[in-house]
Amino acid sequence: MSFFSHFGKYFIMLKGMISKPENSKLYWKEFMHQCSEIGIGSLGIVCVISLFMGAVSALQTAYQITSPIMSKLIIAQIIRDTVILEFAPTLICIVLAGVVGSKISSELGNMRVSEQIDAIEIMGINSKTFLIMPKIAAALVTIPMLVILAMVLGIYGGRLTVGISGIISTETYDRGLKELFIPYNVFFAMMKAYTFAFIVSSIPAYFGYYVKGGSLEIGRNSTKSVVVTCVVILFADYILAALLL
Amino acid sequence: MIEFKNISKQFDEKQVLQDVSHIMYSGKTNLIIGTSGSGKTVLQKCLVGLYEVDAGEIIYDGLSFTKMNDEEKKMLRQQIGMLFQGSALFDSMTVEGNVKFPLDMFTKDKESEKIKKVNEVLERVNLVGTNNKLPSQLSGGMKKRVGIARAIVLNPKFLFCDEPNSGLDPQTSMLIDKLIHDVTIEFNMTTIINTHDMNSVMEIGNNIIYLKDGKKEWSGNSKDIIFSENKNLNDFIFASEFLQDAKEMRMLEAKGKKI
Repeated sequence: MSFFSHFGKYFIMLKGMISKPENSKLYWKEFMHQCSEIGIGSLGIVCVISLFMGAVSALQTAYQITSPIMSKLIIAQIIRDTVILEFAPTLICIVLAGVVGSKISSELGNMRVSEQIDAIEIMGINSKTFLIMPKIAAALVTIPMLVILAMVLGIYGGRLTVGISGIISTETYDRGLKELFIPYNVFFAMMKAYTFAFIVSSIPAYFGYYVKGGSLEIGRNSTKSVVVTCVVILFADYILAALLL
Repeated sequence: MIEFKNISKQFDEKQVLQDVSHIMYSGKTNLIIGTSGSGKTVLQKCLVGLYEVDAGEIIYDGLSFTKMNDEEKKMLRQQIGMLFQGSALFDSMTVEGNVKFPLDMFTKDKESEKIKKVNEVLERVNLVGTNNKLPSQLSGGMKKRVGIARAIVLNPKFLFCDEPNSGLDPQTSMLIDKLIHDVTIEFNMTTIINTHDMNSVMEIGNNIIYLKDGKKEWSGNSKDIIFSENKNLNDFIFASEFLQDAKEMRMLEAKGKKI
């Protein structure tokens, strides 16, 4: 299947997903369930990665700043800006492509192969609306929240490290964070977070929904969905940076 | 009643169904039989709209299914129940959740009324007390019965069963057949069963269509099969020596001769 066929089919899937829910209450329940699966389910890994991301950034930034004429405040500013602009939205979403994306793809793939999607269709339910829309909506709500959390924890991880290792004092670090802060960076990061959230949920959903074959194909499609999602995230990252910065 | 006229379906270069026409009656168990790859499942999936036909017309109670728009098809599907070959139960839901799902989706009944209805249907398929079990905790036969319960919980007018006996022992197969036959009469449904189980053919075959290489080769009922002289049908149905003997005995019995 060519790239354009996949592209077209992906948009047809997204279009088919938009229809009036048969029972709003049940859809809301499914949405909340997905929020819990995607948001709460990824909380642990996001916290760990964010703390270490900030901590390692602090050590490496301090290592590279050797000039005595440079203010130590710059360490905090570099950590703040790299975490907000790149690490929190992009790195976390790439990790989520693995954690959440593979789960969405294999879940839908298994439902397809075991005819559960056909069963939903036969009942007169739009399976795309019922199975895919709540996942995308939940990702759009929870992933930006996870990105904000990653920003906070990343910066806090840097603070902990500079404090423990004595690179600079925590007071200097805090002062550095407040200086030359550009609020637009947070807006830019959130734009990225929403874009990546959509990519992380919709691409694996496509690969899972249209899987053909058995368990081997579910595995293959799941891996493929993670790879494609990561590539598209990086591509979108470049486009957004070129357009918005 | 479901009528289909000149149904054809092709996948890539392969012609899977060719000019298949037949009428499936309500209150009867209508069987689609044929060897593996003869097009039974494709025909059934065309009838419920999971596959679009390349040519031909499908008529549900006088309404052309092929001419309906998506919304009309969706409405019609709410009157269709289907039992899948692998049961297709939702893994994450309990037996009760699975059976209650169509009620949650399409009715505004109170929770207590839904539970009452679920229990009634579970009782009907002899699965009392299994409400809180997960599909993974059930045997193959039990899964099929939960599938039937889910399919009939909204009292559908049309019931489709794709190889309901596959993977089941003969005794459980007969129970499933009897159950499907009984609910068909009880709810006056148009039931369409895909099968290559000879017990099912002989026991519940009210109206049978035999497919060979995607074409309708023969149609009739279980009594007609005994006297059929269609070679392909006889080779398929009475494949073993034992079944050939059984056929001869049945023929002799029917003719009133002593063995």
